[in-house]
Amino acid sequence: MGEPYLLQMKNIGKSYYGTQVLQDINLSLKPGEIHAIVGENGAGKSTLMNILFGMEVIHSTGGYEGEIHVNGKKEEIDSPQKAMEMGIGMVHQEFMLLPNFTITENIKLNRENLKPSFLSRVFGEKTKRLDFPTMNADARKALNKLDIDIEEYVMVAGLPVGYMQLTEIAREIDKTNVKVIVFDEPTAVLAESEAERLLEAMKIIAEEGIAILFITHRLDEVIAISDNITVLRDGKLVATKKAEETDASQLAELMVGRKIEKMVHGEERDFKNEIALKTQNLVVHMPGEKVKGVDLEIKKGEFFGIGGLAGQGKVGVANGIMGLYPGTGQVWINGKPLGLNSPSKSMARGLAYVSEDRRGVGLLLDSSVELNIVITSLQNQDKFLKNYGLLRLMDNKGIHQHALKMIKELDIRCTGPTQLVKRLSGGNQQKVCIARALTMQPDILFVSEPTRGIDVGAKRLVLETLVRLNDELGMTIIMTSSELGELRSVCDRIAIVSEGAIAGILRPGDPDADYGLLMGGKRKRRGA
Amino acid sequence: MKFDLLSIGKAFLANFGLARIIILAFFIFLCIMAVVFQLDVAELLTSSLVRIGMWGVLVLAMLPAIRSGIGPNFGVSLGILCGLIGALTALEMAFRLRETVQFSGGVLFLLAILISIPFAVITGVFYGWLLNRVKGSEMMIATYVGFSMVSIMKIAWLFLPYTSPEMAWPIGRGVRVQISLAGRGITRLLNNFLSFNIGDVVVPTGLLLFFALMCFLVWLFMRSKTGVAMHAAGDNPRFSEAAGINVNRSRMIGTTLSTVLGAIGILVYAQSYGFVQLYEGPMFMPFVAVAAVLIGGASVKKATITHVVIGTALFLGIQVVAIPVANAFTTEWASMGEISRKIIQNGVILYALTQAGGE
Repeated sequence: MGEPYLLQMKNIGKSYYGTQVLQDINLSLKPGEIHAIVGENGAGKSTLMNILFGMEVIHSTGGYEGEIHVNGKKEEIDSPQKAMEMGIGMVHQEFMLLPNFTITENIKLNRENLKPSFLSRVFGEKTKRLDFPTMNADARKALNKLDIDIEEYVMVAGLPVGYMQLTEIAREIDKTNVKVIVFDEPTAVLAESEAERLLEAMKIIAEEGIAILFITHRLDEVIAISDNITVLRDGKLVATKKAEETDASQLAELMVGRKIEKMVHGEERDFKNEIALKTQNLVVHMPGEKVKGVDLEIKKGEFFGIGGLAGQGKVGVANGIMGLYPGTGQVWINGKPLGLNSPSKSMARGLAYVSEDRRGVGLLLDSSVELNIVITSLQNQDKFLKNYGLLRLMDNKGIHQHALKMIKELDIRCTGPTQLVKRLSGGNQQKVCIARALTMQPDILFVSEPTRGIDVGAKRLVLETLVRLNDELGMTIIMTSSELGELRSVCDRIAIVSEGAIAGILRPGDPDADYGLLMGGKRKRRGA
Repeated sequence: MKFDLLSIGKAFLANFGLARIIILAFFIFLCIMAVVFQLDVAELLTSSLVRIGMWGVLVLAMLPAIRSGIGPNFGVSLGILCGLIGALTALEMAFRLRETVQFSGGVLFLLAILISIPFAVITGVFYGWLLNRVKGSEMMIATYVGFSMVSIMKIAWLFLPYTSPEMAWPIGRGVRVQISLAGRGITRLLNNFLSFNIGDVVVPTGLLLFFALMCFLVWLFMRSKTGVAMHAAGDNPRFSEAAGINVNRSRMIGTTLSTVLGAIGILVYAQSYGFVQLYEGPMFMPFVAVAAVLIGGASVKKATITHVVIGTALFLGIQVVAIPVANAFTTEWASMGEISRKIIQNGVILYALTQAGGE
């Protein structure tokens, strides 16, 4: 402990609107240290970095608890500018670069070297000329440090992503006072060789005495380059380990480990060998959730889970099979091939879908509960229509009765079938979505993120409803969720999606470490 | 239950909308002034009713457009042009066949509608196809499509082979700027149908009934499978795609329906007015209809029949009352009526557009 700490975060806590998202986080950084922060989505990594960086979201929602010390002195970091003055830099996950500027211009943006011009003698600082030779030289120096052989006068547009990332890093190290650089999932968008190069660059920077905070979920990278590792889970600090004292599977277990509330199906169920849904090389072009070739076999009556980290493609699977995003590959429903890219075709084959984007795709917010419940069935199955002479109009009475039945069955809390959906709470809106899917009387029900954004009590009700449908009606349910605990409490099998493909299929009772490893990008042989 | 005057006031303001309250207050102010200046209230009421009936269908044309998601149809002048073609063709047929048959006013009116509908349907489909290609800026595109079509038709009116002497210029080619409908039994045909008096107020029963009938038909349509699909497509396109609804087709149907209603609307307008106005005539008519439906409480995303009816009554009522009141106030302010109409019309459109983005 002889060396002074460069940065210390003491007892950091943060709550949004009464929900504690971070609690008692302690973190210390020495110069030249590479410190990794790992955790699942929602573990609090981003919030912690937002606090360190003085982001607006933190301060407009009541600030944070605890203290931040820089160079042993307590500092109030209340804006990104302040953070930069303190020598904290950040390399973003999405590139913050101007594509039509050169690398030099991007590196020097807003910190340009100036030289006096004729005008500046009269009009002052603002009219000084840019000193391009010095700027280029500085940029070259930064690029050389990172061992990049690309010319500094090249435009950023069209560069491979790896170079863009390195340009961002060059920008940070060119700042003369920079002491800490935060890397927010820097390798997420990079190919393997590019990622290796980036890790090399990080080591070079660390040797210069700059401390690095490295946020990632690729566990092998963490082990490879970090000095120390902090594991966050559910907003709490679970452990801080030295890299040499731990390994990937221990980290995975720490990352995931959580009590599983209740196993709905006590023992493993056996299914007849009837395949309800089969996919082969399913590719779905869903922005941000690309699926790059998924093979699945789901049995009739099974409660199947799809898990994985955000952005890995788990959400794309259901969207692709339902035809909401363009896809290619083969899908069979009950042994017969399904044409992709048409929601109505998918629905005609007995599929129904509860979307993860409840307010965007799932609901007609400005319409009544009853219309929301029946509309898909009305449009695709010609139900709830009645002949009036030559005209076929909505069957008000039938719609009303059906809505009342659904409201009662699913316990939707509303003033009545004619209430506008936007006035309902999140949990009840979710139930309206489920009611609509059930109205289709599907054989296979896709449910994505059914408990996102709803409170704990409602979560339980929604999950219980799904389990009941699976048990009593024998409906095959395919649930996609970011919450592993939730999947493990209700599913028969869980596929973990990583980088657009199935990393492995696990049983709910399998050890935490297996889940962590699959999510962390380590592949397992198929056929668990 | 808590009766807190302020919160009730706030809720009222939120539900009813500030713009509508200002306009309603202005209307009430005008009505009070009309009484103060001892204007002929019965006369004002009579012409208000006529105005409402004249414009009603044109304002109604906004409803399918807004519901299907293309926003207020600033290009309803396309429909109006189709209606005008229907009117001129019907009149021309009456002229050419004058030796064999004599068309009554009713037949002439129906004929004009029947001729204009196919034109309106074809135009509407093309127009809808165009609007599907410019999603997000429909209103601006619609305005300019309307302007350009009106201008193109100005040239067309000079070349179309209408020869009936009432229509054609006495010398040279083309049709006149304004064609009188006098002497054909079509002028005020709807207005006079079952018309009756309440005191000195004349109620144009047929005109109002026709408006009501059109509203009813649109209401029925909105309850059909296609109508529901259109509503969903306008409300939330992404939802609709997921529900297996063809959003582009729904928007096309909405646009076409709006265009057809525009065509019928101008015929109702013309028979009441007694003249068919060509050339500049249809140029700014869409703005009146748009302003009316917005004053009625519609937004660029939401509209109901109630909005159409209230908006037509309010906006056209103001138009009728404002001019005589301004005249009575001082003759120097004679143009105040027209100016205030323009301020309200454009102000309301502007207000609605600023509200378009936010929820």
